[in-house]
Amino acid sequence: MTVQTAPTGTPADQTKSQELSFFGAVRANMRDYGLLLALILIMVFFQYFTAGVLFKPVNLTNIILQNSYIIVMALGMLLVIVAGHIDLSVGSVSGFVGALAAMLMVGWRFPPELAFLANPIVAGIICLIVGAAIGAAQGYLIAYHKIPSFIVTLAGMLIFKGLSLAILAGKSVGPFPTEFQLLSAGFIPDVIGPTTLVAASEGVQPLVLHTTTMVIAIVAVVATVFFAIRTRARRKARGYDVEPFSLFVVKNVVIAALVLFFAYMLASYRGLPNVLVVMGILIAFFVFLTKRMTFGRRIYALGGNLKAAALSGIKTERTTFYIFAIMGALAALAGMIYAARLNSATPKAGQGLELDVIAAVFIGGASALGGVGAVAGAVIGAFIMGVMNNGMSIMGVNIDWQQMIKGVVLLAAVFFDLYNKNRSA
Amino acid sequence: MTNTILEMRSITKTFPGVKALSDVNLDVREGEIHAICGENGAGKSTLMKVLSGVYPHGTYEGQIFYKGEEQQFRSIRDSEHKGIVIIHQELALVPLLSIAENIFLGNEQAKNGVIDWDETRDGARKLLSMVGLSEDPDTLVTNIGVGKQQLVEIAKALSKQVQLLILDEPTASLSEKDSQALLDLLMEFRKQGITSIIISHKLNEISRIADRVTVIRDGRTIETMENEEITEDRIITSMVGRSLDDRYPNREPKIGETILEVKNWSVYHPQHRDRQVIKNVDITLRKGEVVGIAGLMGSGRTEFAMSLFGKSWGQKITGEVFMHGQKIDTGTVGRAIRNGIAYATEDRKTFGLNLIDHIKNNTTIANLPGVSRWGVIDDLAELDVANDYRKKTNIRSSSVYQAVGNLSGGNQQKVVLSKWLYANPDVLILDEPTRGIDVGAKYEIYTIINQLAAQGKAILVISSEMPELLGITDRLYVMNEGRIVGEMPTSEASQEKIMRSIVRAEGKAS
Repeated sequence: MTVQTAPTGTPADQTKSQELSFFGAVRANMRDYGLLLALILIMVFFQYFTAGVLFKPVNLTNIILQNSYIIVMALGMLLVIVAGHIDLSVGSVSGFVGALAAMLMVGWRFPPELAFLANPIVAGIICLIVGAAIGAAQGYLIAYHKIPSFIVTLAGMLIFKGLSLAILAGKSVGPFPTEFQLLSAGFIPDVIGPTTLVAASEGVQPLVLHTTTMVIAIVAVVATVFFAIRTRARRKARGYDVEPFSLFVVKNVVIAALVLFFAYMLASYRGLPNVLVVMGILIAFFVFLTKRMTFGRRIYALGGNLKAAALSGIKTERTTFYIFAIMGALAALAGMIYAARLNSATPKAGQGLELDVIAAVFIGGASALGGVGAVAGAVIGAFIMGVMNNGMSIMGVNIDWQQMIKGVVLLAAVFFDLYNKNRSA
Repeated sequence: MTNTILEMRSITKTFPGVKALSDVNLDVREGEIHAICGENGAGKSTLMKVLSGVYPHGTYEGQIFYKGEEQQFRSIRDSEHKGIVIIHQELALVPLLSIAENIFLGNEQAKNGVIDWDETRDGARKLLSMVGLSEDPDTLVTNIGVGKQQLVEIAKALSKQVQLLILDEPTASLSEKDSQALLDLLMEFRKQGITSIIISHKLNEISRIADRVTVIRDGRTIETMENEEITEDRIITSMVGRSLDDRYPNREPKIGETILEVKNWSVYHPQHRDRQVIKNVDITLRKGEVVGIAGLMGSGRTEFAMSLFGKSWGQKITGEVFMHGQKIDTGTVGRAIRNGIAYATEDRKTFGLNLIDHIKNNTTIANLPGVSRWGVIDDLAELDVANDYRKKTNIRSSSVYQAVGNLSGGNQQKVVLSKWLYANPDVLILDEPTRGIDVGAKYEIYTIINQLAAQGKAILVISSEMPELLGITDRLYVMNEGRIVGEMPTSEASQEKIMRSIVRAEGKAS
């Protein structure tokens, strides 16, 4: 079926498949590259002003550990914000679940027949289910009863703040069993065995690499490049626009180099932290979910125009419900990571984290109106905040100044984003 | 000899990648009604935005002379200060404020920041009487109809001492009667010496009231015609660049067996439980048939279609739907789609499209399973689908990655059609499929409708433009106050006959 052109119309401008110019493509993707560039610039800045401390292997490992729970929650928050909602309860929920984990594992004395509940794995699963249930309950009110998410989750924030105080009876509970601590404090075992690059000797620091970490990084890089090349070839074969070859190469080389560099840094300390493995899998899954799965596509559709999405047959209520359930489960995971890292659950744990999470998503380019946002952006946004926290602490910047600077960075990021959009519109 | 009140010389406005206006000239004489015509995307609205300062001086090339002086407006405030007021297609009223508050919004009758309510009400009453609106100035704007809201906008313009009134598609969403009243008002203003510029697609209105008409096409001035030169044919010829012998493509219907039967369909108002809006409607659609529903605004046509499509409107819905003789469930939008019904809304921006997303994602959203397996989208297959439909429906865009919000109305409508074509329904309900789109795009949409019918689909068209219904359908239902009050083959129908069935029904009802 082709439409005969009206006796009036001008012929449709047929676009031919062609390679865009290098700079044209860079400009078209400025938003994506800009954010990554900002992160790199911030890291270089602090590397200089912390006299080289920032890039020390131990510190890089620390940055990952310190921000893991923010990033885990930012993944769920991205879905929430893209759907046009907000979740203010995630900090309190993560604190509550951390407290629940502590009480299950060390606080409560179970009768022998229920002692299995204190097993770290069983307790972890219970915590995830409780988190998902909390999210689902809030999601139910938001999706099916149309109560604004701001209000439901504000109430949730107060409720779970109170509940964690209650079940901990106002005290800190810890320490956790060793297995549970591994979630945050552990590193993957070096099954291959260390590689000694520089042996210890008089006046020389030894340099021993965690070989398994390097192997995993190399495999990951090779796989990514392989899929990138395959996708590009397929698109080209079907006659679609592809980015210029030069840009393609530069982009992949830069990303591969960055990944290998960080892997090398981690490998020269204690290797891949367990939590980074968990995070990596989650990030990969959420990128896939938002970019390739129908569920993800429907979230963007309902965030962009709820009524149009509903009239296109999307079950908008059910989708919203699931989003909040996912957010709850991620908040639970984050709560456990946080508690495991501190090695105790405290009544104040998690408070205010929701603001860091929301800030990360907005710095990452999501729109407060819904329908716009990307997982990669949210992750980079979280790292921007994390690196600034870490760098400023090392520099000895006072906490009051740190807060102000972070506020300004959030404003500036959103401002430039909107400025660019308006200019291109 | 009348004076020229406004002269725009060699206006050129460039957006990244597009030249929206190139070397446009416009002169408007004092006290006339000057119409600007052109297809969607021709540059009419851009020109008015340049004039009113929405695009400030410096962002365009060329000069604007108003009352003999060159003007360099930097904002709407500047132009309003000189008595140039623009009323946009989408009204700029605050629904939950009163009429009086809206009229004086930004221009409050106040001393030292304290509002004088007596002054406000008196002033509003005076202005309302000038536009012939007898409403209490304390009534909330949300409680009056669109036609009256339009008049409130004009009253607001009058409060700013308007000398040059610009109306962008003022009658697009008005009923016949309200349009009439509005046009009369403009002619009244002409007597009082207020100059008006009116942008409209309704050529019959223009040829009736305009003193002069300027036609813009592809960002250029084509011609300005005067008095007796103004005819619908000539305007169309100028607008499209070629004469349109026929506004509707030829149709050779091949009608087959009955596909859809709706029996005894009744619907109540979503807020008022006792108000029955659709009353025992029966309709049938046959294979390859294009059927129209004619009726006045508010006759319940859209409500009928939306209630049929997944109970998207109303409550206490009763009745039966048969598809190919089988009773089907249309209780949710998803089930209605799976059972072969699609509904393209009358309001594509609010209900039809995700404007911030691009053509590709809008095309596949109603049928994502078609491009995915186990919930994973095959992105290349999806791209193929989007490109395929872009070609089929002749969407003019740089690629399928162009945001739908940046397309012209006609192209947006084609995206809506693409979406529903890809969902592959047996029955396609099109609600006002050509509202607010230009003549050329209308023709293309009619062609698509014909092709769909030729493929054996049944099409139900709801339209307020009777000539359109008469031009493209095979059979017509007439709806009035939620009832089907007439049915006729289009070959035997005429505007008079349709109106007669409506009037007869009204007579019976009262």
